[in-house]
Amino acid sequence: MNSKTLTRADLSEAVFREVGLSRTESADLVESVLENIASHLVAGETVKLSSFGSFSVRQKGGRIGRNPKTGEEVPISPRRVLTFRPSHVLKDNVNKALSGNGQDTAATPE
Amino acid sequence: MIKSELVARLAEANPHLYQRDVERIVNTIFDEIAGALARGDRVELRGFGAFSVKERPARMGRNPRTGEPVEVDAKHVPFFKCGKELRERLNTSEPVTADAGFSGNVPGAAD
Repeated sequence: MNSKTLTRADLSEAVFREVGLSRTESADLVESVLENIASHLVAGETVKLSSFGSFSVRQKGGRIGRNPKTGEEVPISPRRVLTFRPSHVLKDNVNKALSGNGQDTAATPE
Repeated sequence: MIKSELVARLAEANPHLYQRDVERIVNTIFDEIAGALARGDRVELRGFGAFSVKERPARMGRNPRTGEPVEVDAKHVPFFKCGKELRERLNTSEPVTADAGFSGNVPGAAD
C-alpha cells in the first residue's frame, strides 16, 4: 500500500479544477472554510457536515496522570478536546474501499 | 453549525460568488478529503488537524443482549487528530460550555 499525504495545496487544486476560480482564490477559500469551522469550535459550537461527519468539543476534567517512562505522577489540568465523529456514509465508503465490507458492520447503535 | 450555515457564512463573506458555487466549493473540499481516506491516504491540514484511516483487527465481540459471542470483521475507520494550533486555541479562550454555571479555570486562560 503506497499511501500519500494530501495537504491544503491538494484541496485548493481540487477547488480550482472543480469550480474554476483562480488558484489564489481557491486557496483562500479552503483557508476560510477551515477557519470558519475552527472558530465555531473554539466558541464551543458543534459543526455538523452531512455525509462527512461532525466535530464537537468536549470538556475534560483534570486528573492525575503518570509519566509512563519514569512512573512519576503529573497533574493533568482540565481541558477542552476536539472529537470527530465520521458519518455513516464516510465510514461505509472508507471501509468498503479498504476492507471490502462496510455494508453490514452491524451493532453500531445510533 | 451545519453545512448550509457554513455555506451561508462564506457566501456572505464572498459577495462576488454565487451561493451555489460556494456550496460546490465546500462539497469539493470534503469530497476530496473523503476520497483520499477511501484510498487509504492521509490528509494533513497544518494548524487544523489530520485525517487518516486506522485499521481495526477482527475480534470476538458479544451480543450485549444475549451474551452470545459474535465474530467482528476487521475494519478500517476514519480518524481525525486535532492539530496543535487548534488545540491551543481551544484552551486559551473562555470555554463556552452548554451547561451553565461552569466556572472552572482553563490553563492559559489567565492573561
